[in-house]
Amino acid sequence: MSQVNNPSNIKELKNILEAALLTSHEPLSLDDMTRLFSERMERTTLRMLLDELKQDWSFGSQKSTMELVQVATGYRFQARSEYANYLAKMCPEKQVKYSRAVMETLAIIAYKQPVTRGDIEQIRGVAVNPNVMRQLQERDWIDVIGQRDVPGRPSLYATTKIFLDDLNLRSLSELPAMEDFAQQEIPLDS
Amino acid sequence: MIEAPINAKIKGEAFTSLPQDLYIPPYALEVFLETFEGPLDLLLYLIRKHNLDILDISMADLTRQYMQYVEKMHAIKLELAADYLLMSAMLIEIKSRMLLPKPADIESEEDPRAELVRRLMEYEAIKLVAQRLDEMPKVGEDIIVANAYYQNICDIKPPEVSLDDLAESWRNVLKRASHYKHHKVSREELSVREHMSIILRRLKTDKLVEFSQLFDIVQDGMPKLVVYFLAILELAREGLLRMTQQAPFSPIYLQISV
Repeated sequence: MSQVNNPSNIKELKNILEAALLTSHEPLSLDDMTRLFSERMERTTLRMLLDELKQDWSFGSQKSTMELVQVATGYRFQARSEYANYLAKMCPEKQVKYSRAVMETLAIIAYKQPVTRGDIEQIRGVAVNPNVMRQLQERDWIDVIGQRDVPGRPSLYATTKIFLDDLNLRSLSELPAMEDFAQQEIPLDS
Repeated sequence: MIEAPINAKIKGEAFTSLPQDLYIPPYALEVFLETFEGPLDLLLYLIRKHNLDILDISMADLTRQYMQYVEKMHAIKLELAADYLLMSAMLIEIKSRMLLPKPADIESEEDPRAELVRRLMEYEAIKLVAQRLDEMPKVGEDIIVANAYYQNICDIKPPEVSLDDLAESWRNVLKRASHYKHHKVSREELSVREHMSIILRRLKTDKLVEFSQLFDIVQDGMPKLVVYFLAILELAREGLLRMTQQAPFSPIYLQISV
């Protein structure tokens, strides 16, 4: 703890974290970051340092281009959203859109997980195209987490932490609430 | 929902509007299979946009139409035909149950349409939330992650293992085994597959195992060593196991490949 009480050392600790976060290919978890220091680093101290680092980058003397965000697997620096449009021009080929079938399947897995293909078919009312599952698995957004203990032992699908990372979410609870999408009741009396 | 005009031509005529009821001319079927995600989607559209009453469907017409579709669909998409056919069967069942007088003693019976309505509304919510997910910013599209250049020191390639190194190690194992040779002949049936599992289990707990540690030279005897060796080769071939060696003739380590 003595190193933290020294202000010049706080600056140095933040610099170490900053360098590690900027050069990492993946978000860094608290556990990853404790490995940066030879002396024992408390998680609360680490959180405090990260919080300060985040402040430094958002309200520094000059407005910075990057922001420190927390996602499912840890912390990462990313470009502020106002620059995304400019940066997108760097890669000329546009990202292909996923079909409605892919997005609806993803939504069912995200909100109802763990689900089997049968569950997905029940909700969508059509057979699941294996291609749809393959696309989502190749993106590392879903994976098989087990089998349901019924005849045929169908695979149970769930969303991955990479899915949360890619959507800038810390946990599934940050997904838009399903209740907000309920529409007016379909009248039954005629 | 389906705001974009349907851009399709049928028999040379532009086809711009969707039907007011369930009737779809068979020659327009292909268009519909692409526009809707399935029978639930189509039914939802008809209910929301055209106030279709689930009850207000002529069963005879519906059946006739669907039979026509099914014949058409033999040539197009049989799987989808089944889904649409199931839906029409469900509608017909609901309608027939609604038409029949309800016996007084089964008062608590649920409205036959309730389950369909529940499914329709569940699907509708999923459909809307899926659109929302699609609009959310995503890494690689609207989110660009910082990645300053740094020659990562952790990024050292694992040492290569040549066939000669492996053969040499095997000869060493054999050489050591020969010192402890037994002359008792036993009829032990050894399974390579079984030993593959034994090695994998061992590697699961020990993470890193030296090649020669796998064999108990005194206890196991030659046949077992051969089976272990075959099991290791098989595991490596199947990509379940990784072999590393720091330098020529140094110990070879085994670990589960990730």
